[in-house]
This record gives sequence, structure tokens and C-alpha cells, in this order.
Amino acid sequence: MIYLDNAATTKTAPEVVEAMLPFFGEIYGNPSAIYSMGSAGKKAVNTARRSIASVIGAKQEEIYFTAGGTEADNWALKAAAEACRKKGRHIITTKIEHHAVLHTCRYLEENGFAVTYLDVDGEGLVDPEMLKAAIRPDTVLISVMFANNEIGTLEPVGEIGAIARERGILFHTDAVQAFGQVPIDVEALKIDMLSASAHKLNGPKGVGMLYVRSGLKLGPFVHGGAQERNRRAGTENVPAIVGFGAAAARAAARMEEKGRKERELRDYLIRKIEEQIPYCRLNGHREKRLPGNANISFRFIEGESLLIMLDMRGICASSGSACTSGSLDPSHVLLAMGLEHEEAHGSLRMTLSEENTREEMDEVVEALKAIVTRLREMSPLYEDFVKSGKGA
Amino acid sequence: MYSEKVMDHFQNPRNMGEMENASGIGTAGNAKCGDIMRIYLDIDHSGRIREAKFKTFGCGAAVAASSMATELLKGKTVQEALEVTNKAVMEALDGLPPVKVHCSLLAEEAIHAALWDYGERNGIVIRGLEKPLKDMP
Repeated sequence: MIYLDNAATTKTAPEVVEAMLPFFGEIYGNPSAIYSMGSAGKKAVNTARRSIASVIGAKQEEIYFTAGGTEADNWALKAAAEACRKKGRHIITTKIEHHAVLHTCRYLEENGFAVTYLDVDGEGLVDPEMLKAAIRPDTVLISVMFANNEIGTLEPVGEIGAIARERGILFHTDAVQAFGQVPIDVEALKIDMLSASAHKLNGPKGVGMLYVRSGLKLGPFVHGGAQERNRRAGTENVPAIVGFGAAAARAAARMEEKGRKERELRDYLIRKIEEQIPYCRLNGHREKRLPGNANISFRFIEGESLLIMLDMRGICASSGSACTSGSLDPSHVLLAMGLEHEEAHGSLRMTLSEENTREEMDEVVEALKAIVTRLREMSPLYEDFVKSGKGA
Repeated sequence: MYSEKVMDHFQNPRNMGEMENASGIGTAGNAKCGDIMRIYLDIDHSGRIREAKFKTFGCGAAVAASSMATELLKGKTVQEALEVTNKAVMEALDGLPPVKVHCSLLAEEAIHAALWDYGERNGIVIRGLEKPLKDMP
């Protein structure tokens, strides 16, 4: 099997599993308990908190564990909006956010807030000037993702943070794809809130975190006990949190080497596809993109068919095609970048890990050549294109 | 997600390809929704479908529906071809997931468009066949 869907989720690293195991059957005490087995759990949770904080240059007490990236996004937006309600009711975000942010914004719109969804350019970049122009006197929150999950484009987060801080507007960034993959410094980038998830960096599923800059008064999202300093109730998922901590430490230690390996493989894969398969285009920015992300549209063919045929050859990838989204519309990200529907339906996202090899990339390119040719033979769009003489 | 029959018809599509000198050609769907289906019919003097072929831009279900539709059409008269409805295609495929039902509808539309094209070319009226809303995407 060749796994090229690391933006969807990653393999839990063996050393992460190893770190988690004692917290199931041995050190299973409730971290809130007085006895030493409980405090051992609490200690482990705080060790993990420290590891995670250090990845983004934050303080330990600024990290709050959640059940994942989606919960962190929901919490950040809803609680920040609620906290600022009296000050203003305008939020700025982008058209290419993850649904965890977009659908939360829709919810806030139904609850008295106005939301501006910024356009992006053809490479998926937000324009800081456009952001400035969108700011109103009642703007209280800006949420722009650190890196896009589909096309891998890295947004100008530092510029956005500076603009927000200067105007006294809260700035949240969904860093689910970027955390542990590229360097992040919340102080330098002037980030007030940041969401991350463990399973994108070889950690376990079902755990994430929200960084909340100290001094920022954010209400709780889940009400109940006093866990997470009264901000996120519920008994801590100790094994998962420990796994998140181990994964964060591991990712930080390997970031440079992993990034270099992935970039090299990614560029090799993209170059080979562009050289060997006609009528394709790279989606997203060529340089300002996540190390492991290659997103390519193949004209005249549809993504789901492509994915099934890749799967038959043991290759796992994903697509922005409508058929993989459960609706009739293809990826909102690709449409926001100005792609035609047909190009969006024919997109293929391959997200690599450092475990992939050049040989695998060669195999993927060979598979793609055969599959794309086959699907084009089947495609009435390709037939029309050839007959129109444009292909000559 | 897909039945074995759907996967079989997707992996080994029957009657895929273009047809020279087709008696009728029909196209349904559009690139916006992600599915375009084209059906070619070869019809003999007595009005019986000798051969049916297809080309499809779309998901696994769309390819399988086109493949199955062409199989069902072969040997039928143009009048009988109207029995190849979306329901018939879906049943023959042992069902489709709910979000893919429109793929079988598209097959029916493409069949109707091809039959209409044949009728127009030959001045033949097929009872119960209505002019397709749009025969090209």
C-alpha cells in the first residue's frame, strides 16, 4: 500500500503508542483524584502540555486540551464572539477555511453576527490589503487558517496577526494542518488563538488543543467540572493527551529533516506528473505550501473514479470532487481559487509523509499515467476536446 | 459503499467507447454537477438496437450506470428501450447509495436523448418519449 493521505490522518507513531499504553491499564487514575495514581496522570497531562506549548513558543498554561481540531475551532470562534458581543458583531474569515470554521461562522451569522468571507487569489493566498479593507469599526475577530488542508497553501499569518493586533482585533488561526509541520511562533506572529489536532502529526485521533493567549478572557465551551482550569470540563483523555505530547515532541525534533525529505519528494512527484501527463495543473502556491502537499487537477476526468482506480492499485489519496464530499458541489476551496467545476471535480490531493520513497512516487506516476489515459478514453469531455482540434 | 455489481461494471465497463455512424447519440448531465453521460445507439431497419455504447465523465456509479444501461439496451426495440428506466438500471446494479441515485437518472436521460436523436433523424415518433430538456451540456 502507498499511503498519500496524511492530511486526512497519519499513522500513530510506534513511540507514541508506547508512551500512551501505561495510561490505559496501569496509571488509569482520574487526574483530579488526590491519591498518587491520580496525580501521576495529572503530571503526565502537564508534561504533554509543556511539550505542545514549546512547539509554538507558548506558555504551558496557554494550552487547553480538546477532543480535536474541530472542537478547538468551534470553541475559539463561538467563545470569542460571545466575549466580544458587546464590543462588535463583525467577523472576518476566508472562503477556503475548513468546514469546522465555515459552519461555525454560519452558526454565528444565525446568531446576530455578520461575517465577511475573504476571497483568495488563484493560488489560494489571502491578500492582507483586502483584509485591511474588510475591517469595520465593529470587527472583533479574524480567523484565517495557517495552511489550507486541500491545497497546502501557507497563508501570510504574520502579516494578518500584525494587522489584527494593531487594530485590537482578536486573531484566531486554524493550524490543524501546519502544527508540527512548519515552524510557528505565536508571539512573533501575534496569534491570539490557535487550533491544532494530534492525529495530523502521528498522534492519536480524538485529541486536539486550543492555544489561548494569556490575558484573553474566553468562556468555557464545555461546562461541568473544573478541568483545564475551568475552561474545558470533562475528565481528561489522559492516554490521548500523553500521545499528543509525545507526537508534538517527536514532530518538533524531526521538523527540519522531515520537512526537507517531504519537500524533495513532493517536488519530484509534481515535476514528474507535470512532465508526463498532459492537461494537468498544480493547485495552490508552488513554494508557499506545506512540505507534503501535492494537489493536481487532471482535466476531463472525475476524481472519484480516479480514487477508486488508485485504490485498486493500493494507492490511498483524496479528491475535491463532489462525489467525495457527499454533495453535488466540488471543493469550495478550489472553486474559491477560480477553478472551473470540471477542473475541481478532477482534482487529486496527495499528501506525503517522510516514510514515502522515490520508488513509490515513480509507481504513483506510472499508475496515474495509465488511469488518467483510461478515464480520458471514457470521457465525453475529452472526446469533444480532441474533436474541437484544441488538443492538437 | 458500492455493490459488487457496481464495482464490476466500473472496473470492467461493458460497451465503453465511441461509435462510428451511430443511429442516435444522446448526452445528459453537465460538468457542474460532475457527471456527463453520452450514449450511442446502433439501430437496425426494424428499429431494434443492435449495439449500444457509452462515454462517461463521472464517478464510479455514473460509469457503472452507463455500462449497465448499454447492456440492458442491446436487443431491445426503440419502444422497449423506454423500459430501461433509472429504476431498472439501479435494480440491475443491485442498488446505488442514496447520494448516487442521480447517476441512474442521468443514464435514463442520456438514453432518452439518444432515442430522440434517432427519432428526429428518421422521422419516427416513439410513443411516450418526450423531447429532452437539453441534449447537450
